[in-house]
Amino acid sequence: MSATPDAPLLAIEDLHVTFSTRRGLVEAVRGVSFSVAAGETLGVVGESGSGKSVTAFAVTRLLDASGRVSQGRIRFAGEDITAASSKQLRRLHGAAISMIFQNPRGALNPIRTVGQQIADAIMAHESISAGEGRARALELLKAVLIRDPEKRLDAYPHELSGGMCQRVMIAMAIACAPKLLIADEPTTGLDVTTQKTVMDLLARITAERGMAMILITHDLGLASRYCQRVCVMEQGKVVEEAQPLSLFSAPQHPYTKRLVAASPTATSTIADLAPEALSPSTVSLSPHPEEAAPAAVSKDGSVVSQPPGASFETKPAASPQDEGSAKKPAPGTPLLLEVQNLVKRYDRGVVAVNDVSFTIRAGESLGLVGESGSGKSTISRLVCRLIDASEGEILFDGQAIGTLPARDFHRSPLRKDIQIVFQDPTDSLNPRFNAFDCIAHPLRRLLNMKDGAALTARVSECAERAGLPSGLLERFPHQLSGGQKARVGIARAIACRPRLLILDEPTAALDVSVQAVILQLLDRLRREDDLALLFVSHDLNVVRMMCERTVVMQNGAIVEQGESLALFAAPQTDYARTLLEAVLHLGGPTVR
Amino acid sequence: MSQLSTTAKRAGWRFASSLPALFGVLVFTFLLMRVLPGDPAVFFASGPTAGKEEIEMIRKQMGLDKPVPEQLLRYLGDIGSGNLGRSLTTGQPVLADLQSRLPASLELTFSALLIALLTAIPLGVAAALRQGSWIDHVVRFICALGVCVPTFVSGLLLIYAFYYLLGLAPDPTGRVDIFTSLPPRLTGFLLIDFALAGDWEGWRAAAAQLVLPAMTMALFVVAPLARITRAAMLASLGSDFVRTARSLGLPPAKVIVTYALRNALLPVLTIAGIVFSTMLGANVLVEKVFSWPGVASYALDALLSSDYAPVQGFVLLMASIFVVVNLTVDVLYGIADPRVSVE
Amino acid sequence: MTSSTLRHTVWILRGNPVTAIAAAGAFILCLLAIIGPWIVPFDPIASDVANALQPPSAKYWAGTDQLGRDVFSRLIVATRLDLAIAASAVSLSFVLGAVVGALCGYTGGRLDRYVGRFVDVLMAFPLFVLAMAMVAALGNRVENIVIATAIINLPFYIRFARAEVNVRRNAGWVEAARASGDSHVSVVLRFLLPNVLPAMAVQVSLNLGWAILNAAGLSFIGLGVSAPTPEWGIMVAEGARFISTGKWWLVAFPGLALMLTVLCFNLLGDGLRDILDPRMRT
Repeated sequence: MSATPDAPLLAIEDLHVTFSTRRGLVEAVRGVSFSVAAGETLGVVGESGSGKSVTAFAVTRLLDASGRVSQGRIRFAGEDITAASSKQLRRLHGAAISMIFQNPRGALNPIRTVGQQIADAIMAHESISAGEGRARALELLKAVLIRDPEKRLDAYPHELSGGMCQRVMIAMAIACAPKLLIADEPTTGLDVTTQKTVMDLLARITAERGMAMILITHDLGLASRYCQRVCVMEQGKVVEEAQPLSLFSAPQHPYTKRLVAASPTATSTIADLAPEALSPSTVSLSPHPEEAAPAAVSKDGSVVSQPPGASFETKPAASPQDEGSAKKPAPGTPLLLEVQNLVKRYDRGVVAVNDVSFTIRAGESLGLVGESGSGKSTISRLVCRLIDASEGEILFDGQAIGTLPARDFHRSPLRKDIQIVFQDPTDSLNPRFNAFDCIAHPLRRLLNMKDGAALTARVSECAERAGLPSGLLERFPHQLSGGQKARVGIARAIACRPRLLILDEPTAALDVSVQAVILQLLDRLRREDDLALLFVSHDLNVVRMMCERTVVMQNGAIVEQGESLALFAAPQTDYARTLLEAVLHLGGPTVR
Repeated sequence: MSQLSTTAKRAGWRFASSLPALFGVLVFTFLLMRVLPGDPAVFFASGPTAGKEEIEMIRKQMGLDKPVPEQLLRYLGDIGSGNLGRSLTTGQPVLADLQSRLPASLELTFSALLIALLTAIPLGVAAALRQGSWIDHVVRFICALGVCVPTFVSGLLLIYAFYYLLGLAPDPTGRVDIFTSLPPRLTGFLLIDFALAGDWEGWRAAAAQLVLPAMTMALFVVAPLARITRAAMLASLGSDFVRTARSLGLPPAKVIVTYALRNALLPVLTIAGIVFSTMLGANVLVEKVFSWPGVASYALDALLSSDYAPVQGFVLLMASIFVVVNLTVDVLYGIADPRVSVE
Repeated sequence: MTSSTLRHTVWILRGNPVTAIAAAGAFILCLLAIIGPWIVPFDPIASDVANALQPPSAKYWAGTDQLGRDVFSRLIVATRLDLAIAASAVSLSFVLGAVVGALCGYTGGRLDRYVGRFVDVLMAFPLFVLAMAMVAALGNRVENIVIATAIINLPFYIRFARAEVNVRRNAGWVEAARASGDSHVSVVLRFLLPNVLPAMAVQVSLNLGWAILNAAGLSFIGLGVSAPTPEWGIMVAEGARFISTGKWWLVAFPGLALMLTVLCFNLLGDGLRDILDPRMRT
């Protein structure tokens, strides 16, 4: 499938990487082969645990002490570097191959100025004076388009934004003109708009300087936009390799098909995310490997077969979902939630939420989007009555619920009507409760249900509705996978049959295939219970699919709100437009 | 540049915020004097034989017949003018006694801290660099054991080994043996005074006298220091920025010293401040074991003979030293870590 | 749940012999503290000047002191007093510190600031000096040693509980509990404290060793326990006079007893952390 150029810059043949863990040897990379030509950009795409980052670290030999290359060959520029000594490697690092990491702020030394660190990178390979090093560092800062480069030279990483730190990291990586740049999730954790500028910069620099790049990412959209060729990895193997366009329009391998389907696009609907779900009681929905038991690296290595967790995914006969997901409630439906001029001020005059008003009708789904610091999470806690507003009113079903302080709201009869699902599934479960107790807790507290058959039945029912097999109810959070924990959180939130469900980035910490299943689950629950949703997210594609109406926030205030379809088709404000333009779509135009 | 001014501002703020604590200490010592069993006037009288009239006079003099708030004010005024009372045992003003004895304690504490840091940091670094090797196991064993041996026991055992068995150490009493004449008192630190006077024989005698007590106290704090060095070094060796430095091909020495060690020293600095305060407390035990003529043994002797003015002075002194140490640590930290100025 | 905890404990101990030995040691210490006076070969108090300052032998396992008393018997009998002082001091400060610290950590605000100030004042002292001053002020008695040791431990527990609660107070599962209808009080009692207690139990074990050293230090300088009573610190103090003349056993054996006891509780504390952490359970 791949058109291997005559003399690849980097050629990996049958690479195996083994980690020694407490449970014995674990093979994280199992026979990976690919090559990169000079000047080419190769994408390596996979979900967590696919071995994509391990492959990159194996190439540069920066694995942890517990990991080692157990088999295979790595050739760089015709030279076999599989068994290179640390001295040889040191000559390669930075000068021939460099890396860019995720979490740019952590990747920089916190107590050394940016200029010194860039100079360190140059002086590792060239003997130049400190003054020259500083001058070169300044040049590099200009090359990565940092504003006020002279001033930034003496700045420490904590004084720079995440995006600027990543630019500094890029400056260090290109300081000695390496032939190959390995970027490991370079934009994860950055806001969408920053993400775009950083990626554009990387693409331009590699093109200008003729560097090859390996872009490691979980984001198919990112890979499709910036790479000439894409490898898809699953469970330590490359399952498919192709040009982005053909890969995303006609994926060959079942895993790639599922992955492509699960990735939201500009036009996809909830139902599109996992086509198999449409046939009743499908078994093969499982988003693996995430949902599988942690140690389930199957020995036979067949990637097509279902992982052990698959049988959990048996769906109850689902109601037909073929119609578009964003179904409007009938006109004249009464308002369920009215938020009027809400303001939240913290100490020292920080205004997190500034004069925000919106409404949600019964059964309606409202999206709340914005970048980090826009105040969207604060709003979710205000509406959930976990914290008190400084000003403004919240009306639920016509009653003002803001008058009862948050401290006493647990006594309100409306407590069970407003529930919330949190962002981080791990963080949202009490580590000392098992899944059953987590789900039963609101039933015990809010419906005064006592231990017994009724409670057990109700918990099992909730678990089943959330797609959590009842066999897992005895398990503690640390024994569940991320997707399973998310299901426990959802089962807990719907246990008391709320009328309004607040979803605070419910899928931000999940892999894309798990996200697809969770989104479908939420959409189904919403129909079945006629739930109103307040869907808080930074992912515009997801919000477009899930919500009839969307509110765009920036710096604590609403910038724009309206019908999702209209807003996404023709945003009225500059900020909404910038946000939308930064969204990456599968199969969109490739940059190079 | 701005970093220095923020550090100064921070230090000033920290000093201001430690003032209430210091005031608390003052009130505590005041209460100490009043809660103490017996009549303070008796303690401040010329001796146990003082007559009723004398005590009554002293009571008036001290204002003990006045209401408590007024007494507190008078007490604070006394402290402010440097009047800490008079010691019953030595017959000297407490302030003068403390002044003459403080250098001995500080000399001991500082040399012990120096020995401890010079041992603990290399040990901790070596253990972290070779995690899981024999040196790591040895260091961890020392750390586990070190915190379990009480100072007074290790001091006595050192005396047994080096004085009684091996005969390497001089008689373990005091700062110099009786045959050495003291140098002119300039700083009170014998090692410095001998050096200034050019008396190297005396210097050696004083150093020999100092080795055992300083070692004893160092032993006590090597464990926590080595433990934190090892942990901090491991954390920074495993950090993302060290991986970045490696990925750029920086020389190993540069990676270990400039990137890993410098970051690892930040928590060590914090712990060193706490360790110093612990050592001030341990001074009481070590000075007793080695008959070291410092402030702690002075206070202890006074305490055991129910002479409370020195005890009060000692407690105040310790609290002030502790405030100074904390400030120093703060300033050093502010210089070493550019991030602290953010908050 | 309890049986799974038990099974987990056994599993941990088997995989971690050091903890098993420490646990056994702690058990033996507690046993000695209870039955010590009945099993010792000699009267720990009665002097026998004819046999004074005998080195260790088959008859006197740890030698005899300047009054001819059997050092070994005195060591065993002293276990009760030393452990009792440390245990009561630590439990006092644990209970007080956990409640106050948890409250401060959860509520923040004014209470937190005031308590923080108070803790700062306490910490402004070299703690051993503080204990010394307090024993002097309150009177030279054993119960005052307990109180002094408890008070100087208090800041650690308050700070520890405060920090542990504080990092969890905004956790998703705490907010979820409130959305499930729990009040602040019940969140602290039913959610936060159970999650914080394991970490605090580790502190208790580590702290126990420290409290033993502290109490022994006080009696070494002549505070608290007085002369004929067998107690490790005072035994070292009495032996100190003879160390320059080579009577090592008077110092070495009580020193060893102190060291082993503290080591036991420290190792146990490290092991407890593994046992009580549910994340380690598989």
